[in-house]
Amino acid sequence: MALLELRDVEARYGPVRALGGVSLAVEQGQIVAVLGANGAGKTTTLRSISGTVKRSGQILFDGKPLGRRGPESVARLGVAHVPEGRGTFAEMSVEENLKLGAYVRRGSLDEDVARVSRYFPWISTRLSQHAGTLSGGEQQMLALARALMSHPRMLLLDEPSLGLAPLVTREIFRIVSELNEKEGLTVLVVEQNAAIALEVASYAYVLEVGKVAVSGPSEELARNENVRKSYLGY
Amino acid sequence: MKRTDLGGVLLFVLGAAAILLLPRFVSDFRAQQFAYVGIYFIALLGLNVLTGYTGQISLGHGAFMAIGGYTTAILVSDQGLKLGSHTFSADVKDIWTIPLAGLVAGIAGFLFGFPALRLAGLYLALATFAIAVAMPGVLKYDRFAQFTGGGGGINLFESAARTRPAETTDPITFETISKPIKVLGLEIASFNEWLYYLSWVVALFMLAVAWVLLRGKNGRSFRAVRDSELAAASSGVNLATYKTLAFGISAFYAGVAGSLLAIATTFVNPDTYPITLSIFLLVGVVVGGLGSLWPLVFGAIFIQFLPLWAQEVSKAQGAPAVVYGVILILVMILLPGGAAGLIRRLKTLYKSRLPSRPLSRTSD
Amino acid sequence: MAEFFQQVVAGLATGSIFAALALALVLIHRATGVINFAQGEMAMFTTYIAWTMIENHGMNDWLAFGLTLVIAFGLGLGLQRAVIRPIERAPLLTTVIVTIGLVLIFNGLASLIWGAEVRAFPSPFPNDTWEIGGVAISQQDVGTFLTVLVMVSLLWAFFQFTKIGLALRASALNPDASRLVGVRVGWMLAIGWGLAAMLGAAAGMLTAPTVFLDPNMMQAVLIYAFAAAVLGGIDSPFGAVAGGLMLGVGLNLIGTYVDFVGAGLRLPVALLIILVVLLVKPSGLFGKPVTRRV
Repeated sequence: MALLELRDVEARYGPVRALGGVSLAVEQGQIVAVLGANGAGKTTTLRSISGTVKRSGQILFDGKPLGRRGPESVARLGVAHVPEGRGTFAEMSVEENLKLGAYVRRGSLDEDVARVSRYFPWISTRLSQHAGTLSGGEQQMLALARALMSHPRMLLLDEPSLGLAPLVTREIFRIVSELNEKEGLTVLVVEQNAAIALEVASYAYVLEVGKVAVSGPSEELARNENVRKSYLGY
Repeated sequence: MKRTDLGGVLLFVLGAAAILLLPRFVSDFRAQQFAYVGIYFIALLGLNVLTGYTGQISLGHGAFMAIGGYTTAILVSDQGLKLGSHTFSADVKDIWTIPLAGLVAGIAGFLFGFPALRLAGLYLALATFAIAVAMPGVLKYDRFAQFTGGGGGINLFESAARTRPAETTDPITFETISKPIKVLGLEIASFNEWLYYLSWVVALFMLAVAWVLLRGKNGRSFRAVRDSELAAASSGVNLATYKTLAFGISAFYAGVAGSLLAIATTFVNPDTYPITLSIFLLVGVVVGGLGSLWPLVFGAIFIQFLPLWAQEVSKAQGAPAVVYGVILILVMILLPGGAAGLIRRLKTLYKSRLPSRPLSRTSD
Repeated sequence: MAEFFQQVVAGLATGSIFAALALALVLIHRATGVINFAQGEMAMFTTYIAWTMIENHGMNDWLAFGLTLVIAFGLGLGLQRAVIRPIERAPLLTTVIVTIGLVLIFNGLASLIWGAEVRAFPSPFPNDTWEIGGVAISQQDVGTFLTVLVMVSLLWAFFQFTKIGLALRASALNPDASRLVGVRVGWMLAIGWGLAAMLGAAAGMLTAPTVFLDPNMMQAVLIYAFAAAVLGGIDSPFGAVAGGLMLGVGLNLIGTYVDFVGAGLRLPVALLIILVVLLVKPSGLFGKPVTRRV
């Protein structure tokens, strides 16, 4: 049974229909990518899952429907959504950002901070720094670290490469890969940079105008020249 | 003219006729109350240009009304406003002071519009609030008493009052002020009736002016400023021009209304235009419907009559205020678009019941 | 010189009352972007509740004070949930009008329930003075200042060091991101209103002994609180407190040492301050300049 399943999900922003019936599935321990051009509905897909946008259709997490849950409730189920633009609390310190990440958990956070510091060593030395003064790459890593603080069962990553240099992007995807291997973290990642997403993910869906146009194992999609040229832009 | 415009003009003429005939059918006291509705309507029209069209919040339009009212009072009364060696006397024809009062207030508003450009949203609300609260105090200030009559204020028709026999307790009738006036061959019997006609003729005129001003390109430019200043500016709308213009126009209307109010109460003093007036003007615009024109009359009816109706519910001290407040909150929650919003909803409801025909585009 | 110190102390006392109410305004503005015009009337209303407990039930002053704070918290919280939340998505003006409606309701209710006569309100502090180096310092003034100081400090500690405080701050800064980490932002806003109401209640109960209790007693204080908040920066809690104290001391000193400003002109001076600050630096002394995101 898939950890996450979307069946015919539709979503609108006012009169504009952003998703016109999307179906996908993510197995436990998988990294799945959602690709497509701007405006294809990738971000909206993640927002539907986390409950940030109103949607119709069925979304099943762990076999149970999410219903009309809002973001606060979905977060408590163990779904950590790292939104477009990171969503860091720029006016707060690194440490406070991490604490907020662990909001749904009780008890001492020291272990968790140590744990995320293993993946992002620089964090332990800059706990009191203002999050807004971090570089773009560091903010992305902080957003990721914050998501990890809640021991999520599933990570929703929205365009982690946005605004970042290629080297930094690689580093971030490397860490995501490591998290997936070492801790079995299930990841659903939305990306415009299809190439790097396909390297890391095992399965991918390509969205076009709010629907799934093509899907399949990453190697197949990456090898298919037609798919690459028509949908992935390379 | 477009078909819908023609329809609008027709409705206007019908409405005007109804308004002008009303005093024949209601009591003298009611006529006075409806006169006040007309006065508030004028002020609301102006405030709507500022808030409903350019989206600038003003909690201080009572102050502009005060400027208009005091201008008229100073010019009309024969307390002898001295400017240098020239003394204004009661010879100044009363009616002329109304547009003059509007102009003075309008200029004040326009000038205020410049520094106001720097303020947005709540900051502007606070600034205008501060002005409105300060106004009565400024008017009371002894150093200005020479012009403003200080705490005692100014009596507009003092000479008329002085010529009345001391024992008379009759209300000031029109004869004591000037020669009786005839409208359409019918003699106007009382001051209140005269006031009613004066207010509503001015109101209807100002409504027509507003409608012309806000049509087409101008109206769209004003609204563009409200909806998104950035988008408006990028489309070439000169923000500064429209915003200061909006202040000037709205202040002009307020000045005219204030002038009429002064004539209506026959005196002005620092408490004639308190902060509550400014607040109720804003309430009236929102209840009438931001960005609408003639539905604002409902806003004027609301602010004139609701306090009275609330007293009908209970005369216990404080109860009318509670009633008013509760109704106000309910209206905000249930009818956020005000009376205009309700009218729009009824229109769409009506249209959906008709047999299907091509929908005509109504001008907004 | 003695006069100077006395005016400063008195100014700090009134200033701390301005600070408390200004802080309430800033809290709500930071959290929900709204100016609660009814903050003063809510403060007045809860002060009447305290009065009832003391006069009609013979409760100890400090017990009544504490209990009123709790009641005020509940009132603020309930108000946000019941009245403000339904109009969350409405434009700013709608909320302004709703708070105006609340002004009418609270003012009217106070008259209705307790009548409009002016009443005396007992002060928890003795009506004595201390003589320090020839300067007479009112115990009432010191008590007022210290009470507000303690409350504000506790509040600050609450925001800085507790989990809920962190969530409250996060909700005000970035409600969307807060929801994603599981913070129930709606309830955080309600708690914000509750805390603001508590501050207002304190301001009311500390004002009443001097100006006497009547339904209109907080209206002037509210205007001073606006001035303090604008002066300090409408989004800066520190600014609200600093602004309040500066305003209190400043008005006293101006009233004493500048000739033509008599007691009657204190309010206009405060209003002038509002206008000048708004025109010169709208974000106040300690606020961050407002940048428009393109």
